[in-house]
Amino acid sequence: MEMTQTNSDLLFLFAASSGLLVIATLIGEVLRARLPKTHANLTVETYLTRVHSWWGMVFLFSIALLLGPIGIIALFAFCSLAALREFLTLTTKTSADHWSLIASFYLILPLQYVLIWWGEVGLFSTLIPVYAFLLLPILSVLRGGEGADKNFLARISETQWGLMICVFCASYIPALVTLDIPGYGDRAPLLIAYLVFVIQMGDLMEYFAGRRIGKRKVAPTISPKTREGIVCGAALSAGLGLLLTWMTPFSPLASIAMAVMAYMVGVGGSLVLAAIKSDRGIKNWGHLIPGQGGFVDQLDSVVFAAPVFFHVTRYYYGG
Amino acid sequence: MRSFAASIVGQLLIFFAQFITAARADWRGIEPVRRQRVYYANHSSNADLPLIWTVLPAALRRDTRAVAAADYWLKNKLRAFIGRDVFHGVLIDRRAEHRTDDPIAKIVEALDEGSSIIIFPEGGRNRSGDPLMPFKAGLYNIATQRPEIDLVPCWIDNIAHIMPTGEVIPVPLACTVTFGAPVHVRDEESKDTFLTRASDALLDLIPARGDA
Repeated sequence: MEMTQTNSDLLFLFAASSGLLVIATLIGEVLRARLPKTHANLTVETYLTRVHSWWGMVFLFSIALLLGPIGIIALFAFCSLAALREFLTLTTKTSADHWSLIASFYLILPLQYVLIWWGEVGLFSTLIPVYAFLLLPILSVLRGGEGADKNFLARISETQWGLMICVFCASYIPALVTLDIPGYGDRAPLLIAYLVFVIQMGDLMEYFAGRRIGKRKVAPTISPKTREGIVCGAALSAGLGLLLTWMTPFSPLASIAMAVMAYMVGVGGSLVLAAIKSDRGIKNWGHLIPGQGGFVDQLDSVVFAAPVFFHVTRYYYGG
Repeated sequence: MRSFAASIVGQLLIFFAQFITAARADWRGIEPVRRQRVYYANHSSNADLPLIWTVLPAALRRDTRAVAAADYWLKNKLRAFIGRDVFHGVLIDRRAEHRTDDPIAKIVEALDEGSSIIIFPEGGRNRSGDPLMPFKAGLYNIATQRPEIDLVPCWIDNIAHIMPTGEVIPVPLACTVTFGAPVHVRDEESKDTFLTRASDALLDLIPARGDA
């Protein structure tokens, strides 16, 4: 691997994230060691499981970013598959939807990532909202069978929603590498790291601050998120946005604005997905990431923010 | 050699089932420990048996035999190999006129050898559109002949969506097998009361979701 400026920046980021995780792991281990052996503390154990999952994610993510566009695209194609599986497991469907489900998994999902690999903005931004949107319901009608018209609108809408969130929106994270920004060169992988880092750190801040000083819940029936927590999260992402301006093509002020925007859209996204979970009576979308639930749980806020982040960046900075 | 091939095929089946369905067990009413049990499950597709078998921990799987239809599993050599050597099937002929021995006696014999068994008490694949068909008497007969053994309800979820009857390509949706609290036949309980109770225990395990 050639040691370009981008790669050495990525390695620096990897070292910094590892440093944070070393601290997080040490805190957990010390807490665990302090507790008497007979009182295995559930909170500490859950926290450590989460930190271990974070280690795995940082490693995977760093390797993918260092491999360049192909690594990032492959990683997110896999995440999309896992997320779509979690999502469509919980949606309304009958055997009449079999063909459209087959097409979603085996045709549309791979095609979306191939189009991103080719950098075809015009195609990857329309494949799902235009072509899949119109063609999949036709497949459901044609496959037919018993009860083909039952809950028809709910069925086709929920399948489309799954594709939009888990494939379309998620694919905008790797799509950032296709952006052609004058004067920014091949540094787009840094933009992905920037987006993910700013949002996830804001989320963590919101979680801890919300627990300590949170009072007014923003959506009491759906989520424990509070106004106080969200303000703290937004403040942290603003600070990180300023600090990480060097990773982006933005000016310092623009970087703050972009970070806060991405974080706020992300908060909205995790509220929306929490509403869906609460309607379907589940706590987590899946079980594949220990301590964190499923892929949709892990990606909810980043997935919502990515398309907005992409298009705003493209509009103002694109060549 | 044969048993080696069987274990390779078994591992391949597990890998395939995990890849397509990310199958997992939810031990809700009972722990996954090595104890003799009769696992009874809903049956809507040919993937049901491999799925239960996949989610059982390896130590439990080794002691577990499936009660399966001889008329299906002995149709060709490959099926016979998978049915006999991989699933250690207790093969029962569903066509009464072809039977040479009493099916319940065969199952009880397997239990007396110490094996746990997997059984589909509906007696065939459910194509009715209802979540369960009425149970056949087999489960009651086993329960009365060996009353000390736990009868564990296992709900196999989502398989009808993964592969609706008649379809060839599976949709890779997630599949969960939920294991409920064990059921035993009560003193002087009639066959119908028991079968209804066992069936209700299985229906209780259905996860809530938006099914059309």
